[in-house]
Amino acid sequence: MRVLDRKLVRDLGRLWAQALAIALVMACGVATIIISVGSYRSLEDTRTAFYDRYRFGSVFASAIRAPRHLKPRIENISGVVSAELRVVEPVLIDVAGMTEPGSGLAVSVPDFKEPSVNRLYLRYGRMPEPDRENEVVVVEPFADAHGLRPGDTFDAILNGRKQKMNIVGVVLSPEFIYAIGPGDMVPDARRYGIFFMSLKGLSGLFDLDGAFNDVTLTTLRNADTRQIIDALDDILKPYGGSGAYDRDDQFSHAFIDAELDQLQAMSSIIPPIFLLVAAFLVNMILSRLIALEREQVGLLKALGYGNIAIGGHYAKLVVAIALVGLVIGSATGLWLGRGLTRLYAGFFSFPFLIFRQSIDLYVLAGGVTVAAALAGAAKAIWTIVTLPPAVAMRPPAPSTYRSFFLDQIQRLGLFSQLAIMALRHLIRWPVRSFLTALGTSMSVALLITSLFSYDSIDHMIDTIFFQADRQDATLTFVADRAPEALQAATRLPGVLRAEPFRQTAVNLRNGHRELRMAIIGLPYETDLSRILDLDFNPLPPTAQGLILSERVAEKLQLRPGMPVEVELLERDSRTETVTVSGLAQSYVGLTAYMRLEALDRLMRDGARISGTRVSIDGNEMENLYGVIKETPAVASIALQGNSRRAFRDTIEQNINTMMTVYIALAVIITFGVIYNSARIQLSERARELASLRVFGFTRAEVSSVLMIELGIIVLSAQPLGWLIGYFMSWSVVQGFASDLFRIPLIIYPSTFAMASLVVMGAALVSALIVRRRVDRLDLIRVLKTRE
Amino acid sequence: MDNPVFRTEGLTKIYRTGDVEVRALNGVDITLHGGEMTVLLGPSGSGKSTFLNIIGGLDTATSGTVHFKDMELTSFSERRLTQYRRDHVGFVFQFYNLIPSLTAWENVALVTEISPTPMTPDAALALVDLGDRKTHFPAQLSGGEQQRVAIARAIAKNPEVLLCDEPTGALDSKTGIIVLEALARINRELGTTTAIITHNAGIQEIAHRVVSFIDGAVSQTHTNATRKQPKDVVW
Repeated sequence: MRVLDRKLVRDLGRLWAQALAIALVMACGVATIIISVGSYRSLEDTRTAFYDRYRFGSVFASAIRAPRHLKPRIENISGVVSAELRVVEPVLIDVAGMTEPGSGLAVSVPDFKEPSVNRLYLRYGRMPEPDRENEVVVVEPFADAHGLRPGDTFDAILNGRKQKMNIVGVVLSPEFIYAIGPGDMVPDARRYGIFFMSLKGLSGLFDLDGAFNDVTLTTLRNADTRQIIDALDDILKPYGGSGAYDRDDQFSHAFIDAELDQLQAMSSIIPPIFLLVAAFLVNMILSRLIALEREQVGLLKALGYGNIAIGGHYAKLVVAIALVGLVIGSATGLWLGRGLTRLYAGFFSFPFLIFRQSIDLYVLAGGVTVAAALAGAAKAIWTIVTLPPAVAMRPPAPSTYRSFFLDQIQRLGLFSQLAIMALRHLIRWPVRSFLTALGTSMSVALLITSLFSYDSIDHMIDTIFFQADRQDATLTFVADRAPEALQAATRLPGVLRAEPFRQTAVNLRNGHRELRMAIIGLPYETDLSRILDLDFNPLPPTAQGLILSERVAEKLQLRPGMPVEVELLERDSRTETVTVSGLAQSYVGLTAYMRLEALDRLMRDGARISGTRVSIDGNEMENLYGVIKETPAVASIALQGNSRRAFRDTIEQNINTMMTVYIALAVIITFGVIYNSARIQLSERARELASLRVFGFTRAEVSSVLMIELGIIVLSAQPLGWLIGYFMSWSVVQGFASDLFRIPLIIYPSTFAMASLVVMGAALVSALIVRRRVDRLDLIRVLKTRE
Repeated sequence: MDNPVFRTEGLTKIYRTGDVEVRALNGVDITLHGGEMTVLLGPSGSGKSTFLNIIGGLDTATSGTVHFKDMELTSFSERRLTQYRRDHVGFVFQFYNLIPSLTAWENVALVTEISPTPMTPDAALALVDLGDRKTHFPAQLSGGEQQRVAIARAIAKNPEVLLCDEPTGALDSKTGIIVLEALARINRELGTTTAIITHNAGIQEIAHRVVSFIDGAVSQTHTNATRKQPKDVVW
């Protein structure tokens, strides 16, 4: 080993605590790159593989009743590879041991062959036989939630008839990787089940022999889906086609897209924070080390060492630190990445998980980390390289301080001389002080950005479940019914109040912009399900016109008072013009509201209702469930109370893990910044501080000089961190906004406080660790040496 | 001069580094009297700095005792030693040890803020003829001026003892004399018991008494019958 390398090893040994603090910050950067990019790739690869192998569709459409002989016409649309014509119907499910009725979807599979689109992965058992009555295969999450296996049975109400379904297999479908029931906000595998049965059987049960009500297409790779959608809409229009759509609007696909977007946002926001902070820390400690070794460098130059050898020596030190960070970060990233991928496995229904550990990911993480470290070191190394040897061997010029405004304050006697020392030192290196505060503020910002979503979700729960949709359950009828159905609903056991709604699928159009969605008709005196205006006040539906959710108005560029074209998809695409009469808050989906009577007029078929929203006496719940399970007219039931609980449970399961991870990350940044900052201050001021001890200042008083300076930095980092955190959260919210859901930017004061407390606590601990060194200052040795 | 301020008996200090044992002080018995100016002479490693550090409360003895008036310093805890330095001792060092971020006035005020019976920083600076430089930072002062600020800071608390370790060691003769004059004036006008370490033998002539150290022990002590003025010292 060359002598300079020995020095390197010894320097690292001496600086191990500071080097480790920096390596940990780098490790966080590496780990977050590996987790976010790695998980992104895992999820994307897994999804792509599942889609490819099981022929996930590209275009989807439904109709009321279309003849099967349309198949050749559909398959002749340019760009279409194959079309699977199916029967898909909502059903009520009654599983032994579950008091509340479950919801589900019955989907047909072709007889005697595999589906050409959306094939099923058979986990256990076999596919249903067409001539054996009521044989079904169920999706794995539902089977697992109830412990159902081939040979077991459950009851389902199909088209008003209760049937015993015999499970012959358990499957996974690329169409339902992420599936949620009506009214739910997170998957609830227990209450929402999807099962597949033979086309013959299902068509028979729904009187759809020789017909279909759902079609999925696979297309050529570069096909223009827009044109295919238009052509398919033309074909299905006479049969109650409700508008075809592509993968972007397919629920399961769109939800995974949102998750992928989130991972991408994570990989573009979080690792750079760590790498920037690491670069700053490298700059800070290397500048100090080089200042201390200035005379040694002069000597090396005098002895004939070249600039490359000397610059390389310090660069190696930095690279060594980066490598330690890389190793720790890679191991942590691998471990946490596997954990996250397993979390996805629980959340999404994949038959397999691809967790590919590609070398390039580690090369990327390592390259970025080493580059950040060297960028941080560049200035310090440049300083030493450009210093002539004769100058280097002389001690540097003493630091000059300036009074600034402190003179005036000084006269007032507000500050002790110890405080003045701290303040002047702080002002003496304004850039460094600012960067230290900025580095600390990054931990605050990171915590706010990661924790605000819980505030936002809490706000969403309150808005959705306590302000807007306050019903206990929503019953949707098999088909629209006369208003008398409302009275029938009111008479159900335990129903305290029932309110009608009507909904219909539409295309809203403003010029060339259009959106496919549903209009919901509500009575004027609606109280359970309320429309909220932009200030969260209840907004009764106006007698005329359409109330649009903010997102819809934004996408269609509409304002109240403007006309909008409404294409009624369930009325042969008859198009009417309606005026926008107001704007409403909405976080989930795309919605438009009308007065029930106005919607009836628009539809021109008299008063009809699609279902009712009910409030229920909690004690009568079981009776009501019992009746609903036997009520043929009810196609589906959404239980808001259960939805709310499931939503909360899911959030709470995640919050502790996420909090722990993010608090750990914030603590590491804070420790890295504050510990190093304090160590450098101590190194620069050891002599001053020892002098203070000699003059009779106590340990506490001497430490206060360091503590005051760090305290000011940490305190000023808080508002800075809140500001940065707010803007980072804002950009996360913007990145998230999709047609499926929108997160409001809500950050409670408690989140700001929590972020600050964690960071200030971590800063205090870091500073106290350094304080112990102040206590052990060697007074005599420090005083005997010249700075 | 019969009131002893410091009295040491069998004062011994042994430094151990691994297996190596260095006897820095080997049974020193000295008495320093009130108002007396003592010069401690001796080559490097003779133990004079260790002696000064122990009586100044910066270091602890391995054995033997040190009495400051009627207090036994050698029995003091770390906390009481700090309090002792705070209340009773003024230090002057070879490299001044001023706080670079504080002005001359503030360097002095640093000490007056925490001592029970201080003079004003202005008075202390006037004593060393630096009344007009009080708003300057150390980097803006010459070596001699810096050392005089250090002296002003040491005496501003009205200490009973002033301990100076090579106060002129980093200065040229002209500046050194100005510094010695300041020390002599303090000793004369305030009656502060003063101990000055030096290896500049010329300086011994300004002292009341000279104590010579060799190998951790006092080799000889003598009292000057007549004291020279600092300006007459041959450097």
